[in-house]
Amino acid sequence: MESIINELGIIIYATLTYTPPLLFAALGSCFSENSGVVNIGIEGMMTIGAFFGAAIAHFTGNPWIGFLCGGLAGAALALLHAVASVSLHADQTIVGTAINFLGAGVALLLSKAWFNSSDTPNLLDNKLPNLFSGMFTEGTVGANFLKNVLRNPVSTYLVFLCVILVWFIFYKTRFGLRLRAAGEHPKACDTLGINVIGIRYAAVVISGFLAGLGGASITMATMNQFRPTSVVGHGFIAIAAVIFGKFKPQGAMWACLLFGMCTGLRVVLGGASPIPTQLISMIPYVTTVVVLVLFVGKSRAPAANGKPYIKSK
Amino acid sequence: MKRKFSLQKLLQSNFTLTFIAILFAFLVGGIFLQCIGINPFTAYGKLLQSAFSTAKSMSYCVVYGTPLIFTGLSVAFSFRTGVFNIGAEGQFVVGSMAACVVGILVPAPSVILIPLCFLAAAAAGALWGVVVGVLKTKWGINEVLSMIMFNWIAFYLSNYIVSIPAIHSEGTAEATKNVSDAARILLPQSLREGLNLASTSNWGILLAGIFAILIYMIIEKTTLGYELKAVGFNRHAAEYGGINTSRAMLTALCISGALAGIGGAVQVLGMGQRISVFAGQEGYGFDGIVVALIGGSNPIGVFVAGIFYGALKYAGSKLNLIGAPSEVIKIITGTVVFFIAISHVFKIVKKRKAGK
Repeated sequence: MESIINELGIIIYATLTYTPPLLFAALGSCFSENSGVVNIGIEGMMTIGAFFGAAIAHFTGNPWIGFLCGGLAGAALALLHAVASVSLHADQTIVGTAINFLGAGVALLLSKAWFNSSDTPNLLDNKLPNLFSGMFTEGTVGANFLKNVLRNPVSTYLVFLCVILVWFIFYKTRFGLRLRAAGEHPKACDTLGINVIGIRYAAVVISGFLAGLGGASITMATMNQFRPTSVVGHGFIAIAAVIFGKFKPQGAMWACLLFGMCTGLRVVLGGASPIPTQLISMIPYVTTVVVLVLFVGKSRAPAANGKPYIKSK
Repeated sequence: MKRKFSLQKLLQSNFTLTFIAILFAFLVGGIFLQCIGINPFTAYGKLLQSAFSTAKSMSYCVVYGTPLIFTGLSVAFSFRTGVFNIGAEGQFVVGSMAACVVGILVPAPSVILIPLCFLAAAAAGALWGVVVGVLKTKWGINEVLSMIMFNWIAFYLSNYIVSIPAIHSEGTAEATKNVSDAARILLPQSLREGLNLASTSNWGILLAGIFAILIYMIIEKTTLGYELKAVGFNRHAAEYGGINTSRAMLTALCISGALAGIGGAVQVLGMGQRISVFAGQEGYGFDGIVVALIGGSNPIGVFVAGIFYGALKYAGSKLNLIGAPSEVIKIITGTVVFFIAISHVFKIVKKRKAGK
C-alpha cells in the first residue's frame, strides 16, 4: 500500500513537471486563436524563449530575469508574426512556418556565437527554484506523498495561476470579450468601434510571451540547459491541446495535463515496464484521437480564425 | 509603353518575387553573420564552393534535395486542393519505414523488390493521409490536430519498429539493419565512379522528375485535378456545383500522403540505407512546406526548389568547417518563407503605381 501511494505521488509529480511548458504555450495559443490569428509559430517562439531563458539566467545568475527574458524573446518574435499576419494580411500558416524556422535559427546561431556550442552551459544553481522542497522530512506515508507531489519547480505553480488569470481575462473582462469577438466577427467589432487590429496585435504578442515562458520552463526547470532538441514538437502539441480543448483555456489545461501525464508515466516507468517505451510514448496521441472520435467530436474554431481582417474603405 | 508593361508583369510574377525573397533572405542572413563577427562574404563563398565546386558536391545537393522534392510535391498538391498537409512529416516517416521493412525482410530480386518497396511506402503514406481525411469527413475532427498527432504516432512507431529484434541492427548502432542490396536504387557503380559522383547518387531524382510532371498533369489536365482545384478555391461553390467535397478531400490526402511516403522510400533506398532511432522529428515534412512555397505550389517549380533547398542544406552543413554556424541556413530559410508570405504586398504596391 505504502509503495503504491509513493508511486502515485511520483506519477503526479512527473505529470506536474511535464505539463507547464505545454500549458504556458497552449494558453498563449488560446489568445491568438481566439482573436482570429492562427499561430503555427508557437514552436519557434518556444525555442527562442527556451534559449534566451537559459542564456540570460546563465549570464545574470538570476533565474527570474532569465525566465522573463525568455517570455520577452517570444513576444519579440510574435511581434514580427503580428506585423505580417495582422497588418500585411499575409497567410497566417505560412508566416507561422517562417517564424518556426527563424526562432530555431536565431536561437541556435546565438548559442554557437555566445557559447561556442549548440548547448548552453548547465544552469546548476540558476534553475527556477523548487518550492516546498525542504518542507517535508522523510517519515509518514502522508509526508512522503506530499513531498513527492509538491517538490515541483515554481513554474508548475505559476502556470496554474496563469490558467486562472487567463480564464478571468477571457470571460470576465472587457478585453476578453472583445478578443473573442474579434475572432468571431471582426467586422461587427469594427462597426462598434473596437480596434480589431490592436486587439489582434495584443493577442499575438501575448501568445508569444506565454510561449516564450513555456520554452524557458523547459530549459530552466524540466531540464537545466538549452539543447537543439529541447523544444522539438512541444509547440505543435500545445496547438493540438488548444484544438482538443475547444479553444478554451480550461479545456487546454485538461488536454495538457493528459499529455503531461503520459510523458510523466513514460519517464517514471522507463525501462521497467513490460510494454516498450516507444509504444507508451504513443499513448497521448492515440488517446487524443480516440477521445475526439468518441466523446468530443467537432472542435469549432472561432469563425474568423485564420482570416486576415481587411478594413474596407 | 509596351515594354514598360512587360516589365511590370515580370516584377509581379511569382518567380521574380521568390527570387527577390531569396536575395533578401541572404541579406538578412548576412547581417546576422556580421553581427556575430563572421564575414558574410567568406561564409557565402564557402556555401557556393561547397555546393558547386565539383561534380561530387553537386550530386550531393541533388541527393539531399530528392526526398524534399517529394514532400514538397505532397504539400504543394495539398495546397492546391485547399488542405494544408502539415502531416507530410508523418507520411514520410511511415513511408520510409515501410520501404525499409520490406527492403530488409523480403528476399527478392531488384525487379520485384524495388517496386514492392515503393508500393509499400506509397500505401503507408496514403493510409496516413486518408485516416486523417476520414477523421475529418466522418467526425469533423480538425485535420491540423490529427495530422500533428499522426506525425508523433509515426515518429514513435518508427522508433518502435527499429527496436524489433528481426529488424534491429546486429551491431551496436541504434538503427535498423541495412536494406538488402537488391532494394537499393543507386546509380550503377561505374557511373558514380566514372563521373566522380556522390557515393549515394541514386535514381530518385529521375523518379522525382517523373512525379513532378505527373502531378502537373493531374492538376492541370484532368477532371480529377479540376475538381480538386475547385474544392480548393471555394468549397461551397464546388459542392453546389455537384462535386463530392468529402471524396475530393480524401483523394487529395491519399495522393498527397502517397507522395510523401514515396519520398521516404527514396530516402531509405537511396541515401539512408537504414533508419536510425529518431531523437527529434527530422523535419522532412516541414522542409516540404518550404519547398512547396518556394516552388510556388507548382510541381515543376517544386522540382527546382527541392534541389535548391537540398543544396542549401548540404552546403550549409559544410559551413562549420570555416567556423561559421550552419544554423544561419535556418534563418535564411525562415526569411525566404517570411518574404514569400508578405510578397503580395509588393504586388499591391506595384498595381497601385500602375493605376496612376
